Parts: sequence; C-alpha cells; structure tokens
Amino acid sequence: MRPDIVQHSAQRILVLDGAMGTMIQRHTLDEADFRGDRFAEHPSPLKGNNDLLALTRPDILRAIHDAYFEAGADIVETNTFSSTTIAQADYGLESAVWDLNVTSAEIARAAADFWTAQTPDQPRFVAGSVGPTNRTASISPDVNDPGYRAVTFRELVHAYREQMEALMVGGVDTLLIETVFDTLNAKAALFAAEEAFDSQGRRIPIMVSGTITDASGRTLSGQTAEAFWISMSHAPLFSIGLNCALGAEQLTPYLEALSARAHCGISAHPNAGLPNEMGEYEQGPDAMAMQLQAFLDKGLVNILGGCCGTTPEHIRAIAELVRGKSPRTIPSHPTSAST
Amino acid sequence: MSRQRPLLSLSGLEPLWVTPESNFVNIGERTNVTGSRKFLRLIQEDRFEEAVEVAREQVEGGAQILDVNMDEGMLDSAASMKRFLNLIAAEPDIARIPVMIDSSKWEVIETGLQCVQGKGVVNSISLKEGESEFMRQAGSIRRYGAAVIVMAFDEQGQADNYDRRITICERAYRLLVEQGGWDPRDIIFDPNIFPVATGMEEHRRNALDFFEATRWIRENLHGAHVSGGVSNVSFSFRGNPVVREAMHSAFLFHGIKAGMDMGIVNPTMLTVYDDIPNDLLERVEDVLLDRRDDATERLIDFAEGLKGQAGTVAKKDDAWRNEPVESRISHALIKGIAEHIETDIEEIFHQIGSPLKVIEGPLMDGMNVVGDLFGAGKMFLPQVVKSARVMKKAVGWLTPHLEAAAEGTRQKAGKVLLATVKGDVHDIGKNIVGVVLGCNDYDVIDLGVMIPKEKILEAALEHDVDIIGLSGLITPSLDEMVDVAREMEARGMDLPLLIGGATTSKVHTAVKIAPQRSGAVVHVNDASRAVPVVGQLLGNNSREGYILGVAEDQEKVRTHYARDRQRKTLLPLLEARRKAGSILEGRIFDSNHCPTPASTGVQVLRDMAISDLRPVVDWAPFFRSWGLHGKYPDLLDDPIIGEEAKKLKVDAEAMLDRMEAEKAVRCHAVFGILPALREEDDVVINDGDARLHFLRQQSPKAHASLADFIAPAGSPHLETDHIGLFCVTAGHGLEEWCVPFREDDDDYSEIMAKALADRLAEAAAEWLHREVRMKYWGYAKGETLDNAALISEKYRGIRPAPGYPACPDHQEKMTLWQLLDVEKHIGVSLTESLAMWPASSVSGYYFAHPDARYFGLGKILPDQLEDYAKRRDQPLDEAARWLSPILLDRPEHPAQ
Repeated sequence: MRPDIVQHSAQRILVLDGAMGTMIQRHTLDEADFRGDRFAEHPSPLKGNNDLLALTRPDILRAIHDAYFEAGADIVETNTFSSTTIAQADYGLESAVWDLNVTSAEIARAAADFWTAQTPDQPRFVAGSVGPTNRTASISPDVNDPGYRAVTFRELVHAYREQMEALMVGGVDTLLIETVFDTLNAKAALFAAEEAFDSQGRRIPIMVSGTITDASGRTLSGQTAEAFWISMSHAPLFSIGLNCALGAEQLTPYLEALSARAHCGISAHPNAGLPNEMGEYEQGPDAMAMQLQAFLDKGLVNILGGCCGTTPEHIRAIAELVRGKSPRTIPSHPTSAST
Repeated sequence: MSRQRPLLSLSGLEPLWVTPESNFVNIGERTNVTGSRKFLRLIQEDRFEEAVEVAREQVEGGAQILDVNMDEGMLDSAASMKRFLNLIAAEPDIARIPVMIDSSKWEVIETGLQCVQGKGVVNSISLKEGESEFMRQAGSIRRYGAAVIVMAFDEQGQADNYDRRITICERAYRLLVEQGGWDPRDIIFDPNIFPVATGMEEHRRNALDFFEATRWIRENLHGAHVSGGVSNVSFSFRGNPVVREAMHSAFLFHGIKAGMDMGIVNPTMLTVYDDIPNDLLERVEDVLLDRRDDATERLIDFAEGLKGQAGTVAKKDDAWRNEPVESRISHALIKGIAEHIETDIEEIFHQIGSPLKVIEGPLMDGMNVVGDLFGAGKMFLPQVVKSARVMKKAVGWLTPHLEAAAEGTRQKAGKVLLATVKGDVHDIGKNIVGVVLGCNDYDVIDLGVMIPKEKILEAALEHDVDIIGLSGLITPSLDEMVDVAREMEARGMDLPLLIGGATTSKVHTAVKIAPQRSGAVVHVNDASRAVPVVGQLLGNNSREGYILGVAEDQEKVRTHYARDRQRKTLLPLLEARRKAGSILEGRIFDSNHCPTPASTGVQVLRDMAISDLRPVVDWAPFFRSWGLHGKYPDLLDDPIIGEEAKKLKVDAEAMLDRMEAEKAVRCHAVFGILPALREEDDVVINDGDARLHFLRQQSPKAHASLADFIAPAGSPHLETDHIGLFCVTAGHGLEEWCVPFREDDDDYSEIMAKALADRLAEAAAEWLHREVRMKYWGYAKGETLDNAALISEKYRGIRPAPGYPACPDHQEKMTLWQLLDVEKHIGVSLTESLAMWPASSVSGYYFAHPDARYFGLGKILPDQLEDYAKRRDQPLDEAARWLSPILLDRPEHPAQ
C-alpha cells in the first residue's frame, strides 16, 4: 500500500519540485538526442519537444527527478506538460502520447520509490503534470469571427482523458492540472479526469494550478482569481493554487484571495522572480525563500514548489524553509446543508 | 478574520457571491427567444451582432446573471446556443457575469455547458422523465460545474398547487443531496410562477401558492434557493406595461419576503415598489394574495384606464454620448462599445476631412490609451481584443473614403507575416496580434508555430510582405530570434522585424537582436501596440523618422544596459580604497623593496646605437601591424602566413641594415629617478615639487592603483621611496629619410620605415629600462635575461605609460615633460592632444617595487571622477573630457 498524499499533506507542508525545462536546458541536447532511435526517421524537427525525452533520454529525466528528491522535494512532476494529442500535434507525434505519459510516469515513480526507500519517514510522491495545451477553448484566434474556437470542449476532454489514463497506468499519485490560462480548458480536464477515473475504476487526488498572467490580476481568458476558484470548485480537489508567470512576491495577493475561499489545499509554485530583460530568471534560492516566508507567515499554503527558473537549490531552500512549519488549515468541505 | 461563506457562488470573469445581504439576484431575461420576439427575430435572421447588444443592455441594466434561451422549433437551438455563448464570451463586459443556460432540451444544455468558462446555472432539469434521467443529467451537470434550477415538475406533470410543489421539491432535493452528493447551495428550485387574473377560478391562488411553497422550501430544504420567471405572472396584461411592471414589482416584494432569492426579470422593466400608486398597488396585491373574490375584475377595470401609457423607460448610462466626439471615440475604444462608433467616425471625418488623419489621430490616440491601461494592468486581454474590434469597425467605415482618397489604387494597409519561431509552440499572443492587425485592415499571413528561420524568410519573399513579426514564449526562442535577424541581414532583407512574446523585452531586442542587422527591429510589448507600430513603419511620411527614433532609442538602451551591468558591480571609490588598504597592509616597503638609486637626477643619453637596440626588438607587434597575427617567432613557420611573414622579416632586416648604416634615425633618451612618496592615490615628487595623479580600479575583484607601488608617506623603515620617469625617441630624422620613398610613391618602404622606427623606440625603452635596473637604479645588478625573457617582462619592475590601461590620463605627460624637461633635452614635444612628436617615441614611469604589475583600470564611477578633478584642481567637465573613455556616464561632448 502506497503512502497517501492527502494524509501526509495534513501533517506538513509538502514540497513540490522546481522547473523541468530549466534543468533540461542545462544539458546541451541536439536533434539526435530528442529523436533517439525510435524517432530517427520522423519527418519533422523534434528538438525542443522536451516531453519526448521520456522515450529517448530517460536518463536525463531520472537524474532531474533524483536531484529534486535529493534537495528535499516530496512531490515531483512527470515530464508530461505537453503530452496530449493536441500539444503533440505540432510535432506530428499524436501516436506517441500514450507511451510518453506511461513512461514519464514510470520514470518518476521509480525515482519516488527509490527515495521513499532511502527516507521512509518522508515518503515521496509523483504528480502527473497536465498542461493547458496550446489552444484556448474560450478565445477566438480568428480575426473575423470572435465566435470561432480552435479547439472544442469535447476535443480537449478526449485528449486529456487519454493522457490521464496513461498517467494513472504509469503510477502517478495525483494529477496536477497546471498553468491554467483558460479556465474552460481546465474544466475540460476536470471532466476528463472523472471519465478517466470511471474507466480505471479508481480515483486519485486532483490538484489544479492556475496562472495569473499579468498585472491585471486575471487569467489569460480574463478571470479573476476568485472566479477561477469558483469555476473549479465543483470538483473534489486535493488542492488549488497558482503557478508560473509571476514570482512569489507578485503572486501573494492572488494566493490570499484563493486561500480565503478555497475549502481544499492551497498550492503555489511561482517562478524564480520575474524574468529579467534577457529572459533569464535571476532570483536565487535565498531571495525566493525570503519572499515565500510571507506565505508561511500568513498561513497561505499546503504545498509549495517552484516553476520557471527554479532549480534543486531553490527547492532545497524551500524544503528548509517549510521544515517544521504548519500547513494552512483547510476549512471543512461543505457536505451538510446546515451552514 | 473569518469570511462569511456565500450562500451560492457563481462566476463569469468575475465572481458572483449570493450572501444573506444580497437580497435578490436579477437574472436578465431578454436574451431568450421564447420571451423576446425581438431577440428571436435577430437570431432567426442571423443578426448575432445585434443579439449580443441585447445581452449588453441587460448587463448594463443591472442583470447579475444572463439567461440565454434558444428553444424555438425553427432554430438549430444547440448551434445557436453555442454561437451566441461563444460571441458573448468575447465581450468582457458581458462575460463578467455568470450565464444561465436555459433550455428544455438536454442536448442544448450540454452544448451550452461546454462553452462557458465560469460556473453558470442550468435552467432547468426536472423529474418529468423519472428519477434515473434526472440523476443522469444532474450528474453530468456536476461534472461540468454548474448550479442547477430544478423545476417543480414530475412524472405526473407540473406542480400547480402548494402540496405538489413542496412534495416534488423535497423529493428532488433528497435525490440530489443524498444520492448525488450535491452541495445544496448549488440547487435552485423553480416552484412555477403561473399567471394570475386570468379569469379562471383555479388560477386564483397561483401567486399565493408560490409564495407559500417558497417559504416552506427555504425553511425545510436547507441551503437551496428559489427562483422563478416573474413575467409569467402578468401574462394576461400584455400590452399594458404600467400594470405589468407594478405586478412584477409587487410579486417580487412578496416573493422576496417569502425567501425567493433570485428571479428571471427584465431589469429594465421594473418599477420601484414604493413608486407604485396606492390604488394600483392595492388592486395588484388583491390579485397576487387572493384577497378578494372580485380582485381580478377590479384590476382589469383599473387597467383599462392605463392602457397605452408607457412603462418605465429603459435607463442606460449614456452620459458619455454628450461628450465631444474625440472623447466619445476614445470611450468607445476603451470600453469596446461598437454601437455608435460609425456615427462618431462619420462626424469626426467631416470635421477632419482626411480618413488617414482620423486613423492616425483620434483612433490611434484611443488605442494608445488602451495600450497604457493594459500595461498598467487596468485592462486585460479579452478587453483589448474587444477594443480592436471597435477599431476594425471604425476603419471599415473609413475604408471607402481611404480608397477614394487614393483614387481606387489603395489596397490593404500592408502585409504582415507572423510566426512563432522554431522550437516554440506558443501562439496565443501571436494570434491576438494577428486579430488586432487584421481588425486594422492589415493583411496577416500567419505561418503558425515552430517555424524555422529559412521558412520564415522564404515565405516573406514569396508573399512580398512589408513586415515580419516573430513571437516566442520560452527563453530559447530569444536566441532563435537573434538567428532570424542575422539571417535576414545575410540575405540582404531590410524589411522591418517585429519582436514580441512574453520573454522578449525592449532591452533584449536592443542589445541582442537589433545589432544583428541594418534594418529596423522593433520590440512590440503587447498586442495593443502592434497597430500603432506597424502603422508608423508603413506610413510613407512617418517611416523614416520612426525607424530613426527606434534606433536612437535602442542605442540608448544598449548604453544604459552596459552601464547598468557595470554600475551594478563597480564599487564606490571609498570602498575600493578601503579594500586596497587591506592589501597594502601586507605590502612591504623597506630598503629591499624600495631600493635607493645608484644615481638620481635627470640624465640624458643621446645617439643610442641602433645596433644595441636591434637585439631587443619585439617583433610580434610589427607583424600585427601588417595583419599577421601570432606568436613570434612561431609565426614564421605558420603553414598559412609563414611564407609571407618570412618575406616581410627579410625586408625588415634589410631596411634596418640600411637605417643603421645610413643613420636614418637618431635615438635619444632622457630619464630621472626621483624621490617620491604616496599620498592616497597621488605620488608626491621631491617632497612637493610635483604631484602625479593616479586612478584606482573600482571593480569588485581588483582595486589597484599604480600609486600603491610607491611607499606611503611615513613608512617606518624608509626615509623616502623613488619613482622613475623617462622618454625615449627613435623618430628624429625619419621624415627626411622617407622623402625619397614618397617621391617614388613607394608606400611599402615608407610604412616599413615608420613601423621599424616605432619598434626601435620600443626597443629603446626596453633597452633603457634594463640599463636603469642594472646601472642607474641598480637594484638588479646581476640580471641576466635573454631577449625573449625581456619581452615577456620577466624582470623586476614595470614602466607603464600615461594614456595606457593602468594610467589612462594623457594629461600626466605634462608633469613628466616638466620634470624631465623633455623637449629641451631630446626634442620631443607634446601636441595639443598630448600626443608625442616625433611619433616614434615612448614615455612612462618606472616602478621598482617587486609587487609592481601591469593592469587595466576598467571603468570608473562618477565619484572617482569628482575626486580626481579635485586632486588635479581642474573643472569637472575638463577632467571628464580627458577620462571619457573610462567613464560609465559619458559627458555630452566627449573628447575627439
């Protein structure tokens, strides 16, 4: 019987891992690394399709997972942010999606089990990363027709369901629907999760993490943080939170808004500050931890990690920061009518 | 702080929280084909744009939820539902409130649920077809995430009395909460509002039963809400708005008292309860509350007298329509209101006269405000897109005039090619730019995502575009953009390049991309800026000035960037001195390290023999001056340049032979070793005769000043330290000796002679330095170094020259000239810009301390400039002029 992530999160603040892309970029990979033997003859370029490394350079992924676990992460994310038929269509790799998800999940699972064996009092978990795809269900890309949509709810459900089933087969502990910039996409993902649970005959906890894209305090599709929470609240979520686009400091007011309302766990995995003008994330582990301290002082979070630009050193600083700190108290789920 | 948990939470773009204080939630009803003939007609005639305006009126009129119903036999209801919901999703001022998906057909409801990102309400489901279908639909709605209205309707039909109402509602409630796991707060009952005053006996209690059932539901079915379609109640008074409005208001008054907390009403067709005339109110309430047997007749009689009177006129906030036309246009763009834009554009067009000036003036001004608001986080993307659509309408109206102005030759405003660069699949921002440009009459060719640079450039040529726009979100895309720019330059494509996307920046564009090419590169930080930028780039009158402005701006950005990077790291002078101080504490200044010279005072050596100098010539710089780079003598055997180098060397040696034999140049030297002590960064000569001023490194890692190699005043083991000064020349006679070459147009020989004279001057400096070390200063009497070791400076001591990296101020030469009387002794003079004449001359200092090393000063901060000017007792701007190459902030008029 595997340890239960929900149970563990009640006892302490769980630490999520940091950036995957930033770590992959440290290796100078060329087209051949991405192709491996399996895709050597693939007709279009594959360099930059990071998710593909599960099949062609699993050693790199394992090493990154190990580095985060070693740094103190409780949860690592699978390298499957773009492993849907919709996102992989850009590379002509729709047919590889099942394998991408199963294999990525297995790689992360093996790493988690290894580290759980090393530190039995700190069991490690795997979150199946479910990205937003690169299409928006709420915004028209067509100049002449604001009513047009490049992707439908049904298409999204279909793509997400395949990904989620494969992630479950590969052994993830939880699904992390993340970097939500269009809430309708995320609603399709939640819908798909229920279908995946039906077909797999079991449920696993769901985490949702949205993205406030700019100073307007809205998601890309225009929702405020509160409206985003309300739109997600029908699902029995393990956690809701925010990631990407902003650094810890900029994220605070929106996290407070969520924390004040949500009757599930709160997660945050901000970027290492805002990118500088050269597109680089400069915020170091200590500076980031200093800003995250405010989250703890305000009792805002149950799960804390990093997004773009964060490294094992950031995660190490976060793990040290949260050690011994109490997680946010989760208001009881409204099951009775007597409120 | 505990926050009260809402009784119901819904969302559009913004939250709607129903709380005990909310009183009553208005549900807008006009976007309903069954209730509004106007709306039905618009949908039937495919006039969706106007149909969207109906929705906007509802929101502006105060609706908090928007009911949308497309149930009409002649319509494809599901398709109409989808289209309408997608359209209003693009209208942020409408989409901010939650949607109520209203249909009796499950297929239509499900279609609607797939279109809304917020948490809306389904209107409605019921037990009409039994429990299993009811539960199936309810389960599905939960997965989509919506609240639900349950009609008081079961297998037997619609509940038409109090008992049936409460029985059905209780049954549905238990099924949903106990079996379906519903949060009761997401359940809204509609216990059926039926018409009253119909003349039929069984309708008399219709309103009263509703009120009573409502009270029971609110008391017994905890958490659930009650809603209803209010206008039904007045059905028999169609055509009599005064009575209908009074009935609606009175019905709501009593319904709300009973616990009805939301309702479908036309918020623009409501009167205020207290404003209803008493006589009318009394008759209306008699009917609603079934207070008299003749209530219906009395109301009908009374109503006859009110027929034809207008009801409440819809109130809309149209105050902005009274503003001047420019403000109206700006308002319409910012608020995304398309309704009056054509009228306003027509008006301003007649004022201004030129369609182009309308676009470049008021329309662009408006779009700039939109850009500013977006940048400040006061607008969000869907609103910007909305503004662009208003712009499109405005430009659309102007287009025929634009064409007329161009006598029919006018085509599209321009062609823009857009692409997300290779390795990047993000295209949302790029798509929005495409939409915004398209709305402004530009032809947009969108290549999509992950486009290799070759394909981008080929497509640009094939489509003959005017501008290329690159987009990217991830960091590696930045490098890819640099590559595209470089490739454009290589192919000689000079059309403007736009750069956009989340990680791009003005600075990256200026520092990394723009320098790659001669054509314009413009960073467009958000979609709202794309139109003005493209407009400027393609305008015949504006193009040149705009590009020049951008280039100037980018040059400034680059300077600032370089400066900022250095400023971030440079230390304040005092800190640099403090850090140097701790190094100096460990430096030994005693008679070993600061030897007393064997002979002091100024000495002159005239006519040094060229034969003495030739062995110490450093040949590497000679070959470098001919473009042959490499280590000497290895470069003579280099497979590529070796041949050429050997030939040159042979010619050089031959000419040196001639120079030596013919005494082509005369080599003189003057030098002096003078008592000196350090005071801060100055070196004081001869107890105050003169003062040499040195500068100090301000880098975080190095803090040296040449002054540090001289013992400070008050050193315990030393009376005084010394510094050497020298000037050598090998230039006298050179010009005359070169005359025959000039007469023969023999450039090669003339250049060769001058290069060799330079080498001889350097060799003289090297030779003299050795003489000084071994003889005149005498601290290295036993030195035995071969030529190579001399050249690589393996000896003790250095001889830096004013104007070179460690001491960059040429002004110090003047002190040197004065102390050595150089001009008198060896005839070398200083020009106005402090260059030496003859040019083949070398001057400098001697430092004898074993720690003395060469270094580059690097840049200095303004604090050191100020300090330096003070030490030299010269105006700040004059000091700045001489030091400009090492200043971070260059003065307005740099030297040269």
